[in-house]
Amino acid sequence: MQQAELMANPAEQRTTLMRRIAKATEKHGLIVAFFIVVAFFSIASENFLSPKNVMLVLRQVSILGTIAIGMTIVITVGHFDLSVGSLTSLTAVVVISMHDIVGPVPAMLIAILVGLISGAFIGYLVGYLRLNSLIITLGMLVGLQAIVLIYTGGKYTRIVAPDETWFGFIGRGFLFGVPLPVIILGVLLLIFSVILLKTVFGRQVFSVGGNPTASKFSGISDRKIIFTAFVISGFLTAIAGIIMGSRLMAAQNYLGQGYEFEVIAGVILGGVSLSGGEGNIFKAFIGILIIGILKNGFLLLGFPYYFQWVAQWVIVVGVVWLDVATKRGKVLG
Amino acid sequence: MEETAATTARVLEASGISKTFPGVKALENVSLTLNKGEVLSLVGENGAGKSTLTKVLSGLYRTDHGVGSIKLNGELVHFQNAKEAKDHGLITIFQELSLVKGLTVAENVFLGNLPRTKFNLIDWHTLREQTRNILAEMGLDISPDELAGDLSISKQQMVEIARAFTLGAKVLIFDEPTSSLTETEKEILFKIIHTLREKGVGIIYITHKMDEVFEISDRITVLRDGKNSGDLNTSTAKLDDIISLMIGRVIDDYFHKNEAEKGKEILRVEQLSSAGLFKDINFSVRQGEVVGLYGLVGAGRTELAETIFGARPVTSGKVLIEGQDVRIKDTGDAVRLGLGFVPEDRKEKGVVLKMSCIENTSIAKLPWMSNYGFLREKEEKEIFKEYKDKLSISTPSPQQQVVKLSGGNQQKIVIAKWLCLNPRLLILDEPTRGIDVGSKAEIHKLIAKLAESGIAVIVISSEMPEIMGVSDRIMTMREGKISGEFTGDDITEQNLITAIAHVN
Repeated sequence: MQQAELMANPAEQRTTLMRRIAKATEKHGLIVAFFIVVAFFSIASENFLSPKNVMLVLRQVSILGTIAIGMTIVITVGHFDLSVGSLTSLTAVVVISMHDIVGPVPAMLIAILVGLISGAFIGYLVGYLRLNSLIITLGMLVGLQAIVLIYTGGKYTRIVAPDETWFGFIGRGFLFGVPLPVIILGVLLLIFSVILLKTVFGRQVFSVGGNPTASKFSGISDRKIIFTAFVISGFLTAIAGIIMGSRLMAAQNYLGQGYEFEVIAGVILGGVSLSGGEGNIFKAFIGILIIGILKNGFLLLGFPYYFQWVAQWVIVVGVVWLDVATKRGKVLG
Repeated sequence: MEETAATTARVLEASGISKTFPGVKALENVSLTLNKGEVLSLVGENGAGKSTLTKVLSGLYRTDHGVGSIKLNGELVHFQNAKEAKDHGLITIFQELSLVKGLTVAENVFLGNLPRTKFNLIDWHTLREQTRNILAEMGLDISPDELAGDLSISKQQMVEIARAFTLGAKVLIFDEPTSSLTETEKEILFKIIHTLREKGVGIIYITHKMDEVFEISDRITVLRDGKNSGDLNTSTAKLDDIISLMIGRVIDDYFHKNEAEKGKEILRVEQLSSAGLFKDINFSVRQGEVVGLYGLVGAGRTELAETIFGARPVTSGKVLIEGQDVRIKDTGDAVRLGLGFVPEDRKEKGVVLKMSCIENTSIAKLPWMSNYGFLREKEEKEIFKEYKDKLSISTPSPQQQVVKLSGGNQQKIVIAKWLCLNPRLLILDEPTRGIDVGSKAEIHKLIAKLAESGIAVIVISSEMPEIMGVSDRIMTMREGKISGEFTGDDITEQNLITAIAHVN
């Protein structure tokens, strides 16, 4: 280390140029990327900017966006939550199956409770027992999936009389011409942005993510902050599961499959630092939006559905590479 | 200069070595000689330049503008890195051992040099045989097949010496090798050193422990403030001579004597113990008093401080704050009780590098700076401004990330973090480590001012002038115990060195 510092860097000039580009990209790159993607698809497909399609994209990203808020907080505090996809399936199945037994409101409360319990469980293992979040939530991904299968027996669950309940309004309804899930997402984005930027808890999320030891040595209970972050993630994922269930008025075990990847892809595209301590909920949402637009755009252009995975793959690998490379000061080699 | 047997037997000759770090002259025109089959003790206070010299010799640092020369067996060498030094037979055993814990003893001994079969696979049979021979030659009872990570620290050290041996070491440098060894393990190490000496290896032995100096070495080189201070033959040297060569310095006048009135007792520690770290510690600190905690690295000072601050569990004993028996379970409790802690490792424990100056200053105060959980941002800004002026923190902007500040300014922010909470007790662990001379003086002044404002202060330091300059009372620690307590005229360098250095 010391040696590397001592050897004067011959590529220093190049490095500062790279840094400058990296800095500019960091500042405005996301917005630029967003407009490039929008411009590209609106030229390539005349349907892309039609109000109907715009609403469709927004509705689609509202579920991922809701989960992404929790993911942003978890990654900012220095961890990962890979369980969100399975938890979406579980909470959707729970709310649908409970609906006909206990009615819509209690069913939703039960689903939220399931999300909170799952989050608290992960939060306890990661925050208090100091287990690796990547592995723990990877385990939860499989474990929750198994619970869904045991619970449903792999069967399709649906609300028997969808026309006799207002429950579908949450996922399908409109308010002032805007889909309700989009409004819910907007409100949640606002609330959690305020929490992250204006409250003691929010500030402590950044400090624990930035340096857990220094936070501890400043009197902050890092374990409590980590625990709370996972509980929030569980809560928001449950909300996403409810919206999902309400939109379909039915649920099945694989509903949320792969969501963890899409959400993480969007969030890191939105500039949330993988090493913790840096993140912005609105930017993360724009990252999710870009992922959603790519998905929608490729379908409009007639690409097969699996093409979206190619795009996500390129995004994830590319963004992480750029992130690390700019920190190391060189993009190649 | 006579070209006699003495010169031919000279294995290492370094002269005119200088090394400057930003703001500090670590070595100035230092020279050192070592003969074949000789054990040379390199002694000096913390910061005298022993480690820097070692790192220069072993190729980790390069001298200023390549000034000075290092001759190995009469041949001029310019090591570019540690590997080159190793290849030339100059090997250093650092305090932090470098074995690969997941490999066996034999693999470690021959790492990078493993015997091969004709199919270019590892020749396990030869590997084991040769390792067994070397270990036997050194008189060590270690199996070649054991995993290095399963060995005790002392045995790991032995394996590292065995590796140096296979590399054909001509010069071996030991950097405080006994700091983590028991008495019996030390005896084994000394036996090995004797064996090596008989085989003609030149040995540089760095230590703080004077009894070891007398026991093991033939000659002693003393460094002080990065300069040569004297060379002695061990057989004729006296302890007092060595110590006066180590010290021989006037206390710098930038220290302010603390004139504060000593008030009521703030902290009292009774029989405090933590398994394996320290035992039965008793002391108290009063309002306006600066208590120094002096000792060698590893004596348990930091651990004691961190335990009082709630960052480590207490095994037994009590901590009383203003006479109240408080059970501090975590750092949050400590902060609520009015304790503050400026840690030694600033980047690891002191600041969140990614966060701004403002955010780092208010980090501990957040719960007292909010309404229903919402931050009072205006107050936060004002607090930073207040302490920026009070401590003359220099930063281009309050929003500047702390990572971009100098060590001195980072340290001032850590101190500001506690001052804005109006603490009753502030513990400063090596408060001037890695800080330039100017900021150092400012921090010393600040410590005196804190005491005058009625705070009880504990300062931990390995630097003798610093601890003597700032403290009203000094407690010395050795091997996890309080080994002495000094006030007034009893605070002398002689007394302190004797109390920490384990002189028999």
